[in-house]
Amino acid sequence: MSMSDLFQDYSVAAERSGAYDEMFTPGQQARKSYGQVAGALSELSLADVTARADSMARTFLDRGVTFDFAGEERPFPLDIVPRVIPADEWTVLEKGVAQRVRALEAFLNDVYDKMTVVTDGVIPRQLVTTSAHFHRQVHGFEPAGGVRVHISGIDVVRDAAGTFRVLEDNVRVPSGVSYVLENRRAMAKGLPEAFGQQLIRPVEEYPRRLLSALRKTAPSGVDDPTVVVLTPGVFNSAYFEHTLLAGLMGVELVEGRDLICRGNRVYMRTTAGEQRVDVIYKRIDDEFLDPLQFRADSMLGCPGLVNAARAGGVTIANAVGNGVADDKLVYSYVPDLIRYYLNEEPVIANVDTFRLEEKEAREEVLDRLAELVVKPVDGSGGKGLVIGPDATKDELEALRKRVIADPRGWIAQPVLQLSTVPTLSGDRFGPRHVDLRPFAVNDGDDVWVLPGGLTRVALKEGSLIVNSSQGGGSKDTWVLADSPQVPVEVLPRPAITVRERVSVWPVESNWRDSQKEQQQ
Amino acid sequence: MLSRIAESLFWIGRYVERADGTARILDVHLERLNHLPMEEQRSVAQELLAVMGARAQSEEFGLPELLNALAYDKQSATSIAGSLGAARENARRARETVSSGLWESLNTTYYGLNQHRKDVVGTYRFCNWVLERTAMVSGLADTTVSHDESWQFLVLGRSLERADMTARMLSTRDVLSAGMSWVNMLRCAGAYESFLRTRRAAFGDQHAAEFLLLDRLFPRSIVYALRDADECLAMLDPSAQRVGFINDARRIVGQARTFLEFHRTDDLMSELPEHMERVQKAVSQASDAISRKYFNQADELAWVGEVS
Repeated sequence: MSMSDLFQDYSVAAERSGAYDEMFTPGQQARKSYGQVAGALSELSLADVTARADSMARTFLDRGVTFDFAGEERPFPLDIVPRVIPADEWTVLEKGVAQRVRALEAFLNDVYDKMTVVTDGVIPRQLVTTSAHFHRQVHGFEPAGGVRVHISGIDVVRDAAGTFRVLEDNVRVPSGVSYVLENRRAMAKGLPEAFGQQLIRPVEEYPRRLLSALRKTAPSGVDDPTVVVLTPGVFNSAYFEHTLLAGLMGVELVEGRDLICRGNRVYMRTTAGEQRVDVIYKRIDDEFLDPLQFRADSMLGCPGLVNAARAGGVTIANAVGNGVADDKLVYSYVPDLIRYYLNEEPVIANVDTFRLEEKEAREEVLDRLAELVVKPVDGSGGKGLVIGPDATKDELEALRKRVIADPRGWIAQPVLQLSTVPTLSGDRFGPRHVDLRPFAVNDGDDVWVLPGGLTRVALKEGSLIVNSSQGGGSKDTWVLADSPQVPVEVLPRPAITVRERVSVWPVESNWRDSQKEQQQ
Repeated sequence: MLSRIAESLFWIGRYVERADGTARILDVHLERLNHLPMEEQRSVAQELLAVMGARAQSEEFGLPELLNALAYDKQSATSIAGSLGAARENARRARETVSSGLWESLNTTYYGLNQHRKDVVGTYRFCNWVLERTAMVSGLADTTVSHDESWQFLVLGRSLERADMTARMLSTRDVLSAGMSWVNMLRCAGAYESFLRTRRAAFGDQHAAEFLLLDRLFPRSIVYALRDADECLAMLDPSAQRVGFINDARRIVGQARTFLEFHRTDDLMSELPEHMERVQKAVSQASDAISRKYFNQADELAWVGEVS
């Protein structure tokens, strides 16, 4: 069986979906960036491909690369065909993501301070103050280290015309970067041929970049800051990621009960007594962080953290209250925020969005419910989202009532045919829709974007929902480098000189072993 | 105990550790090698083989030949299959002394050697399997063999070979300097997480090399392995001397370790090849000295006739 068999009917299915295919042009020609991958796949038989896919899945299970699904640990499905992004496209994405992060950073500083963005009429005051994640508890102080969006994940998709668009911003607790690191490891062993001789940008430096940014934003006056990762615990769906990042950064993974606040400083309980903590990489939701300020019944956080942050005794990353910036209604204003704060034009466009508080827009949306996607403004993980064309009449009717009751709580967008990448399904490859979540790390001076990011794929044919909780998988994401100027996975060696080593130390053997034959 | 048995145990320790070290090196380097163009692949494969102690027989020696030479060639003591076969052969000779748990795990390993696909992807799994098997063998040796003289010989062999293997791991960096990051170097030794926890934010070649060479607490570091060997030698020959050592092996191992431990340098990286050479030489000399003292091999086959 050859590539043509594995890709049998691919072009038919691709045409049916009407989406932009990342690997093939409409004439079933592999795009230039996919040349190496196509070549490697054509050498493999179906048996090879399935054997490797199985082995990759087993590696994930062995290594504990799982997510929590209804209380059960499941391996996160990794597809064998990578998603490849050519260098020139990446340059644009990288710029666009960094630009967005800078704008959101400025916006957060502003809304928790003077709110000039409101007084200048860019965004309505009510919109900000009604956001579920606008926390007055953190109003009026600049966090220690001066950064609010240390880590962000900006979800982008490609529409049917092949244009990248930002789908949403995640500046609270973006997750998924652990899969980026694990996917690359698994692919290097699962499909080594496809790496070939192309220059692929590495991802392994992420934990180092993250640690260095966290240390850099420590409260001033701390020479050798202690960083910890704060996890809700082993039952959290992203627990694997928390352990991986803490491990790769070489820092402690703490739970709320390991911490104690005293005199606006934070300490962790260790065998050597209490040890000062300077930077907390917070992986729990704001609402659970500090029972003194938020939910009083939370056992996950530590009382006093917010006051300590206010007093400048600890850096919390990401800052408390960031959720107002990734509210989906605020999202619709981000292009304006970029112009307002940075005086630049947005590099990546938004998806067209209806604001349902505006009467005309709401009426149009209510008329066209069956053809639009309607999303709750503060949801994540695809929760509560309704895709018009896939919804039943009853669902649409229920949605209509909810939208009328709470127009501030929803946005509507046209259904985007997300781009597709070949994905193994049964005994052949079929086009499956993907999105992309690039991750950015902001150390206060510079926004660094991890080359690639997490490509999530909807494993069901035609499905547009890529979330792991709803049957999504992922793909390794390769950013090609156009020159070896940037760090790449494998540096070409300029000239090979087979150097004769001064001495070759032979291994030694038991002298009896070489006599074996004589004795017999 | 019988010299012959002691010798077998010593070599079981060495061979099993060699299989383990070779599997670690192969696993990590294969990933890099695979990405190189054919011609470079060849020269790097040849250099890697040289680091592992053998010379390529032909110019054509490339990746498939390397897999055979380091993983599957049963005739060669350099390869994983060869080492594990030899370990089992040694255990068979000392079968009445080793525990049945140890013997069976070696024997099972031996029969499992053939059940792997010998291509690149299969070799990854093979290496993983080898690591599991060698860990099992070591674990069974630790828990089912009395920690008497026989066990000391086993651990002595294991420690010396471990120092040798870590030296080779560090030498491979020299060969594959382009594209071989210190991260992989540490992964090779299974030391990545330990390193990160000790070093906090101090990353880099120098620190990684220092860790594998000099760390006093990481069991696969050269200093740690040499100290283990030294302790075994002391247990085997506890006679306290006022001055010096009667036992050559103790002198050699102790010198190599203290040289590393007390050596002061600002430029470890450029001295690395020299250090590695010194370590490998010490291991080989210590092994000789141990043979001479305990195993008496030279007289083994000689027959002394009566004078009539």
